[in-house]
Amino acid sequence: MLEIEDLKVHFPIREKWQKATVKAVNGVSLSIATGDSLGLVGESGSGKSTIGRAILRLNKVTGGDIRLKGMSVVNAGRTEEEMLRRQAQIVFQDPHSALNPRMPILRSVAEPLVLHTKVRGVELRRRVTDLLEIVGLQSQFLYRYPHELSGGQKQRVCIARALALQPELLVLDEPTSALDVSVQAQILEFLKKLQREQNLTYLFISHNLAVIRYICNRTAVMYLGQIVEEGATEQVFSAPRHPYTKVLLEAVPLPEAGQSRRTDVVIGDVPSPVNMPTGCSFHTRCAEAMAGRCDKVAPPPVALADGRRVRCHLFAD
Amino acid sequence: MSAPEPILSMRDYRLVFDTFDGIYQALDGVGFDLNPGESLGIVGETGCGKSITAKSILGLLPSPPARVLSGEILYRGQDLLKASERDFRRLRGTEIAMIFQDPMTYLNPVFTVGEQLVDAILAHQRAKPGGERMNKAAAKRHAIQMLAKVHLPNPERQFTSYPHELSGGMRQRVLIAMSLSGAPRLLIADEPTTALDVTIQAQILDLIAELIDDLNLSVLMISHDLGVVAKVCDRVIVMYAGHVVEDAPVDQLFNDPRHPYTRGLLASIPHPGRPPTSLSGIPGTLPNLYDPPRGCRFAARCPLAVPACTTAVPEKRHLSGNHLVACIRADEDLPAEAADA
Repeated sequence: MLEIEDLKVHFPIREKWQKATVKAVNGVSLSIATGDSLGLVGESGSGKSTIGRAILRLNKVTGGDIRLKGMSVVNAGRTEEEMLRRQAQIVFQDPHSALNPRMPILRSVAEPLVLHTKVRGVELRRRVTDLLEIVGLQSQFLYRYPHELSGGQKQRVCIARALALQPELLVLDEPTSALDVSVQAQILEFLKKLQREQNLTYLFISHNLAVIRYICNRTAVMYLGQIVEEGATEQVFSAPRHPYTKVLLEAVPLPEAGQSRRTDVVIGDVPSPVNMPTGCSFHTRCAEAMAGRCDKVAPPPVALADGRRVRCHLFAD
Repeated sequence: MSAPEPILSMRDYRLVFDTFDGIYQALDGVGFDLNPGESLGIVGETGCGKSITAKSILGLLPSPPARVLSGEILYRGQDLLKASERDFRRLRGTEIAMIFQDPMTYLNPVFTVGEQLVDAILAHQRAKPGGERMNKAAAKRHAIQMLAKVHLPNPERQFTSYPHELSGGMRQRVLIAMSLSGAPRLLIADEPTTALDVTIQAQILDLIAELIDDLNLSVLMISHDLGVVAKVCDRVIVMYAGHVVEDAPVDQLFNDPRHPYTRGLLASIPHPGRPPTSLSGIPGTLPNLYDPPRGCRFAARCPLAVPACTTAVPEKRHLSGNHLVACIRADEDLPAEAADA
């Protein structure tokens, strides 16, 4: 469904009166099969949202290619872009700012249909009612405004709008991070059901490991613009290989009794994406870093026997 | 177990906000004890009143609109609801300190970290009754000591840094250093790691755990993250819509939650360490607190609700030892269809 090849997204900035570049995404290759849901997990600044936005052409791409069903997203012209818009849609983190406060729900959800199709009038209203029904909202919401809805309801409206053109790929960028856990549970259950019923493909971006484990069958872990580990979700979570994945999993406090108060695993801060470390970008915080190797040579991705890809010298040769 | 004298106790605290839309009944009969050396967590979702509870303790709610209807907040025997602004100035920082969610907004961007720390230290010195006066050089030495204590790398250099030069985790360390510089007995932490990444969160939680042990601090930790509370706290109270619904030692709360809301909450969070099982969520929404329901505020969403739930607010009762729950049907199991809905 989606193939990303050596994607690079760099942003020019000025730091202390000098030109510099933030390498937000620095050589990412990924592919998602139809009906899969790939979780993209990482901390802030790892570049996960930038990838999601690049797929929708919301960011300029510096290098590499993104292909959606074989069609290049990066080099698409106007007519191609219109076709891409129907095939891929995005749901953002904050549903409050993703809906126009002056539009009733009917108009917000109808907008993609008005822009892309010739559906109008009664038929348009019927389609919007159907869409709202899919996300579990009754028709009484049609003429309400966003401020009359709760956070969870607004996020359902955003999902309905994303589904309006019957896309095959849905990019979900932290769709539940602004919601309370009891509401998050409802949205996650719904997203799971929706994917089964409509045979959708998900790219699910989140910093929340538990959410990724719950929704996704494949997981890619990002660190400073690169994917450091990618594989089947249960493998990545139950037997992480890359030292960063291990640290990340150990750092999450668990909602259960009898934990030690101290974690004692991680050292220091994430390096600046402007001034990235040489060699492996994680070596400055890695407990298993090998002097003379990890700080000099960037590790290439290595395919492991179980189908995982890991970017670490520990698994080379 | 003979109960020690609590360092902080809140009794039947009722707080409303007078607004143009009416009277918002934010807290209704909130009560708990915090024992010396204990770390107590308050959990709940948006709008349950956990932050308002914390701010009430330090007298940080402007009145109007806030209005206290009843109750008392006793800090080592002194009723904080009767304290004057002068009394509070003596207490804040030197007896009770607070750290907040967003470390950036609580530091002044135009002064260096060191200037702000020295200011805080000198203010604490002045506030302490009969405390010896410290000069600026001594305050600077103390500030650098504090920065070292919170494991800020290279404290002498960071003393002259501006807040924007520090990362989020480092800023939170600075704020912790500042809040502890007056050697308080009680630390109130309001979502101290919510704005931070998990690897940084783990380091800050380690630091808080270390300081609890080293300085014999009592901690009131407010969080919406059950994982954070499970890790750091000895005891947890669960709040819902301005009520305390459950109060239990951390092991009991997670192994045997009794209030239907607590059970719903725990069944709503995906567990990062286990393969997925289905999540139940909690149907419905928070009650309107301008016109709260009579009786249990959770009744409308509760799978165990019976007519008696809507007539009177359930009394808190002891289930075992120090496990308190405000529910008349806490001993019963949830109906089967609710468990797999």
